[in-house]
Amino acid sequence: MVPAVAVKNLTYYYGDRPALAGVDLEIPGGAMFGILGPNGSGKTTLFRILATLAVPASGQVAVAGQDVVTRRSEVRRALGVVFQTSSLDDKLTVTENLRHHGHLYGCCGAGLREQIDELLQRLQLQDRAADRVETLSGGLQRRVELARCLLHRPEILLLDEPTAGLDPTARGEYWRLLAEIQERQNATVIFTTHWFEEAERASLLAIMDSGRLVACDSPATLKSTISRDVVTIHGDDPAALAAAIAARFDCDAACVGNAVRIESASATVLLPRLLEAFEDQVHSISASKATLEDVYVQRTGKAFDAEEPSE
Amino acid sequence: MSLSVYTLLLREVIRFYRQPNRVIGALLQPLIFWLLIGSGLNASFQVGAGNDVSYLEYFYPGVLLMILLFTSIFSTITIIEDRRDGFLQGVLVAPVPRAAIVIGKALGGMLLGVLQCLVFMLLMLTPMVDLPITPLGFAAAVLCLAVIGFGLTALGVLMAWPLKSSQEYHALMSVLLLPLWLFSGAAFPVDGAPAWLYWLMQVNPLTHALALLRHCFYVGVEGGVMGPAPLTVSFAYAALAGVATFVAALLIVRRG
Repeated sequence: MVPAVAVKNLTYYYGDRPALAGVDLEIPGGAMFGILGPNGSGKTTLFRILATLAVPASGQVAVAGQDVVTRRSEVRRALGVVFQTSSLDDKLTVTENLRHHGHLYGCCGAGLREQIDELLQRLQLQDRAADRVETLSGGLQRRVELARCLLHRPEILLLDEPTAGLDPTARGEYWRLLAEIQERQNATVIFTTHWFEEAERASLLAIMDSGRLVACDSPATLKSTISRDVVTIHGDDPAALAAAIAARFDCDAACVGNAVRIESASATVLLPRLLEAFEDQVHSISASKATLEDVYVQRTGKAFDAEEPSE
Repeated sequence: MSLSVYTLLLREVIRFYRQPNRVIGALLQPLIFWLLIGSGLNASFQVGAGNDVSYLEYFYPGVLLMILLFTSIFSTITIIEDRRDGFLQGVLVAPVPRAAIVIGKALGGMLLGVLQCLVFMLLMLTPMVDLPITPLGFAAAVLCLAVIGFGLTALGVLMAWPLKSSQEYHALMSVLLLPLWLFSGAAFPVDGAPAWLYWLMQVNPLTHALALLRHCFYVGVEGGVMGPAPLTVSFAYAALAGVATFVAALLIVRRG
């Protein structure tokens, strides 16, 4: 079976600065594929290349078995793309927007009308069909956006931070609908995100940092590579604290960002001893099973400095 | 291709008429110009010897050209807004030839411009405008407006496509588009201009386009207003400039 996306040794530059420094990636058909990375990691550049909006400096990129440079038109037909910012016309109604985009993909007439009706229903938008997009809430606009990209029944959905700017309720609702659609259409979904909780929804996850792919597997497998518990300590002087802990307990205490991070075979043993020894220097201390953030920290050796999701 | 041109054109028209400020602005400003400047200069204006064309009458086709210019400018400024707001990216990832984007835009700007001009031409039914236009002349004038509107919108696409902000477009508009209109014979005739200006106006394709439009109002009338060159020369030159602009717009959109 042809993979949904095959990327070989892909590079891309903004001026002299490499945005993608040799990326190899294969996305199997039917996957819910996440691309996780902080801002500036190259994930949006990768998205733009997959979406045929940017041309690789070198390397091969095939989407649905077609080269993104030489077979651009076929690639565009196979893709349904949702951007970080709205691509709807806010002065047009929901239906007018959908009809317009259907036309761009060569759909028209009764077939298009039926498809629009069906999508409006499935995405629970039928009550707002005749309303101008500018009167819709952010969450509803994102749903119209999703309906728009499904109109021509693409085999691959490509979504760039699709829930950016949504409140938690709307975000949850969005993912529920997306999962439903994916299952129903058996489409490949590729999404970028800088939120770990969203990355957990992927069946396969690629982690990007500074234009490179640092990990690619299922979230569960990635987390299982860290078999030990992770203890995180916030204190006044994390660097000095890390050094003191390392010296005292003979463990790998590292200063990551503004916290001390320790991997330990058993947090329940370590935690009371740490508190006893450094009580006056510790503001907060927590222990957890390994998370995707820990995977990122372990693979890159640095803190994940993405913006917090807006609540 | 035709479906995508149609839908882009339709969207342009719907969007325009859902923004009443744009509709009124593109009409009211030229109307004010015509009334104020036209009335102000009416007494001191004379076109050549032996003509009894009033300034309001002389200025009238020039104002139609201004309406076309404003409408097409504002319809192409949406390219910058569409790029900023995100609408354009949705079009760019669709399997649509880039040419469809230019043609859709140019036809949209053309249609809006002609419709706005038709509203302004209702004035000809009142005693305010005293032009000897015939039905044939009117039809020719509408055709002329359509072709000029298409060319101007293509020029707008050419200018708007590489720009990042609408402020840049406004700057370009003041140094390029407005002089282009001002030195087209819209406000004063070519003949009386000093030599340097005379040649500047002769080179301006809009001068010749406007001469054709002006001629439509005087079809079958002796006298009227003299053009800057024989009509066939004006036609050839304006047409060539229009085609060149359109091709340039196609090329720039295909590149980026």
